Amino acid sequence: MTITIEYYLILSAFMFIVGIAGVLTRRNAIIVFMCIELMLNSANLTLVAFSSYLGSSVGQLFVFFVMTVAASEAAVGLAIIIAIFRNKLTVNIDDINILKW
Amino acid sequence: MNLEIIFFIVFGSVAAISSVLMITRNNAVIAALYLILNFASLAGLYLTLNAQFIAVAQVIVYAGAIMVLFLFVIMLLRPENEAKFLQSNPKVKVFAFVIAGFVFLQLMYIIFFSRPSNIITKNLDASIEAGTIESIGYILFKDYVLPFEAAGFLLLAATIGALILGKKKIN
Repeated sequence: MTITIEYYLILSAFMFIVGIAGVLTRRNAIIVFMCIELMLNSANLTLVAFSSYLGSSVGQLFVFFVMTVAASEAAVGLAIIIAIFRNKLTVNIDDINILKW
Repeated sequence: MNLEIIFFIVFGSVAAISSVLMITRNNAVIAALYLILNFASLAGLYLTLNAQFIAVAQVIVYAGAIMVLFLFVIMLLRPENEAKFLQSNPKVKVFAFVIAGFVFLQLMYIIFFSRPSNIITKNLDASIEAGTIESIGYILFKDYVLPFEAAGFLLLAATIGALILGKKKIN
């Protein structure tokens, strides 16, 4: 038995759907954010797995860029959450619905 | 059983279980700690894939910087605990799980239908060579200089945006 690439892809798919379920079910904006980070990480796992099995560095380079985007996204998103909390004193996304039609 | 299989089973099961535990906890701090555990086990998986640089960057950037930011925001806001999982509007949550299961079935179909392991087999030397900082740095500063500069600009823009959004009053 050897570890083929399918094992990593299945693990990554599982983590991705856990992230989807978390985003759709949780009501706390910070936890929704953490689930988005989880989904980004599962995509990273796929990129690294393919890069390692193909013997090419480009996939790992893209993981580097994804980390950059995730860091800036986390900074801006958490600043938005703080700004919302300052105005409405809640981070429950059921109460933040002024843009809802 | 060689070492790669053992490492994959240990780190993979820790990653899967900690992600499930993360989305089912009521308390935001405990969820964040489970996410850190998930990131750390992902770093272990990267090491078994011979991606040393990415494993180190994962621990420093994700488990270090980003999660500290999350924990700080949780500490500042002190969000109230949610109701127990599946107790508040269970219909929406069941629907969410149906959607997630559907996506999972699609991904499984793609993986088992295309069978990438038939055409991609691991070449250990090339895999080790691809993960070193030397080859990543070479390709980053030779072919991908423009995306690198764009990433730096993105970080600058994100810093300024976070500062402005965090201000109490914008003049």
